Amino acid sequence: MTTAIYSRVQKLRKQYPEPTSAVLPALRLAQEEHGGWLPPEALREVADALDVTPAFCLSIASFYDQLRLEPVGRHLVEVCTNVSCALAGAQQVVEAFERGLGISAGTTSADGGFTLGTVECLGGCGWATVVAIDNRHRLRVQAEDVAGIIEELHAREA
Amino acid sequence: MPARPEVVFAGTNGGALDRVEDYEAAGGFRALAKARAMAPDDVIAELEVSGLRGRGGAFFPTGRKWAFVPKPEQLAKPHYLVVNADESEPGTFKDREIILRVPFRFLEGCLIAAYAIQSQHVFVYIRGEYEREFEVLRDALEAMRKRDLLGEITVVLHRGAGAYICGEETALLESLEGRRGQPRTKPPFPAIAGLYAAPTAVNNVESITTVTSVLELGAAEYATLGVENSTGTRVFSLSGDVVTPGNYELPHGITLRELIYDVGGGVPGGRDLKAIIPGGSSTAILTASEIDTPLDFDSLVKAGSSIGSAGVVVIDDRCCMVQLGIRVSQFYEHESCGKCTPCRVGTRWLTQILQKIEDGRSSQADLDLLLSVCDRILGKCLCPLGDSDAIAVASYVDRFRDEFQAHIETGRCPLGGDSSLEGILAPSAQHERHLHEVVHA
Ligand SMILES: Cc1cc2nc3c(=O)[nH]c(=O)nc-3n(C[C@H](O)[C@H](O)[C@H](O)COP(=O)(O)O)c2cc1C
Ligand code: FES
Repeated sequence: MTTAIYSRVQKLRKQYPEPTSAVLPALRLAQEEHGGWLPPEALREVADALDVTPAFCLSIASFYDQLRLEPVGRHLVEVCTNVSCALAGAQQVVEAFERGLGISAGTTSADGGFTLGTVECLGGCGWATVVAIDNRHRLRVQAEDVAGIIEELHAREA
Repeated sequence: MPARPEVVFAGTNGGALDRVEDYEAAGGFRALAKARAMAPDDVIAELEVSGLRGRGGAFFPTGRKWAFVPKPEQLAKPHYLVVNADESEPGTFKDREIILRVPFRFLEGCLIAAYAIQSQHVFVYIRGEYEREFEVLRDALEAMRKRDLLGEITVVLHRGAGAYICGEETALLESLEGRRGQPRTKPPFPAIAGLYAAPTAVNNVESITTVTSVLELGAAEYATLGVENSTGTRVFSLSGDVVTPGNYELPHGITLRELIYDVGGGVPGGRDLKAIIPGGSSTAILTASEIDTPLDFDSLVKAGSSIGSAGVVVIDDRCCMVQLGIRVSQFYEHESCGKCTPCRVGTRWLTQILQKIEDGRSSQADLDLLLSVCDRILGKCLCPLGDSDAIAVASYVDRFRDEFQAHIETGRCPLGGDSSLEGILAPSAQHERHLHEVVHA
């Protein structure tokens, strides 16, 4: 049986002397294809394409923060709250998003529009606060900027 | 203003040298040609003369590391160069800027390094959160392929997926082989049995980029920069309570005062400097009175800390040191891979004891317990992730004991709710808070 990602994973396999090395890129790919998370069928597709078991894929997926085993909103908002961002006011940014989106950090809105979370250092400490929006980094975000960002995301939805 | 020789960022004029034509016009790829005209061992010898030491955190001499990799005739297996672009040490954001501004100098360094250790296979393990950096490297590689600069060498960009531990070199190799990123027992060291159990050099992005500059300038010339035992320049990541945070390339040996005040514009709002983390959150903290410490390997060891990844975090007088300990400890607790018990359990324990102190529920025995847990983590695990937490937390107690004591004796935080870290929500606490909300809803 060939799935949507099967042939692309075969190409990934060839980059490596040993095919198991392709499991991380393959899971990333599967996650993209499945709306930002890895439902059981995504793990099965990767397992089939790499001749490993779904349980093995799960053991990998559960280790890495960017691989998700629960559904996420159509937009993913992640605020860095490590030290440098925290010193620059990351908590106020988190709270502005909580108010603006009407959800608390760590949750997804009821309509599935947004997932809000806090994350560890994103490697942009000198441009604090760093906020990853759908995996793209916004730099120097302040609480005042949040309403505008949310508006922009709503506009993208429409 | 201290002198600012540019080596890593040479020729960029504050911008990016990210088009292959521009890089070539600025003298790009000459170092590669020079290296390929030398015997591989002579390239290694050149690196040894330069005094270049690893920029990833451990400061191991780059030339010596390569010399440990057996020759192909000694060990008939493929050899690998693995570049560590997993940059995740809190306070560190330099490799990312290097990739964006001098991608070709970095990739040229990869080819030189591969030549020196006689490898045909380069893997760049780039942190999963770096989207644009990945795209820039992908496009730069394509441009080099078109110009036939890669020759026989394959370069694979391998994206991580969010795990600080994968920056530790053996965890990185596990991850690259398709497993959970958990550190390996050493020895054997990667030079002998690394990727797929074959000889492997693992080097940081800045180290590799500097290799290009060393070949270009000549090792002796490069070694005139910086100070004894810490030659050359360093890309310092400056962040926290400072007027102009950012990455600054400066020679090793400049002082914290020069970096923070002359280059970084000092502490905003005329507030007082309280503390400095000199080399990423894994390094011991320094107090304001240590502001004249030079930023080089030996000086920081003498000060009881480490140059680490050169991520300098400036902290002003609004910050509670117990809260800082909590936040730093939450990070290591979250990132512990769980393989070694002292780290898995100890990091969590440190967070909990610190929280108790911050909440004013602690007694003197808790402070003793905190330091004893630090002792029981230190040196007892396969990798230094847990050590980093222990070193950081123990240094906060050591340097700011009065503040810890005040929490215990008065039963409250001396900053009384006004600390700059008040209420900060760590990912590890976010889930617990959510559960709490659900239960009480
Ligand atoms: C927990 C942990 C995280 C690390 N993270 C990184 C990292 O993100 N980038 C890096 O280059 N080195 C990191 N290191 C250091 C590497 O293990 C290794 O020493 C380095 O990549 C070697 O390259 P260098 O000699 O060029 O510095 C980390 C080490 C530990 C223990
Ligand atoms: S602390 Fe937020 S990006 Fe590093």
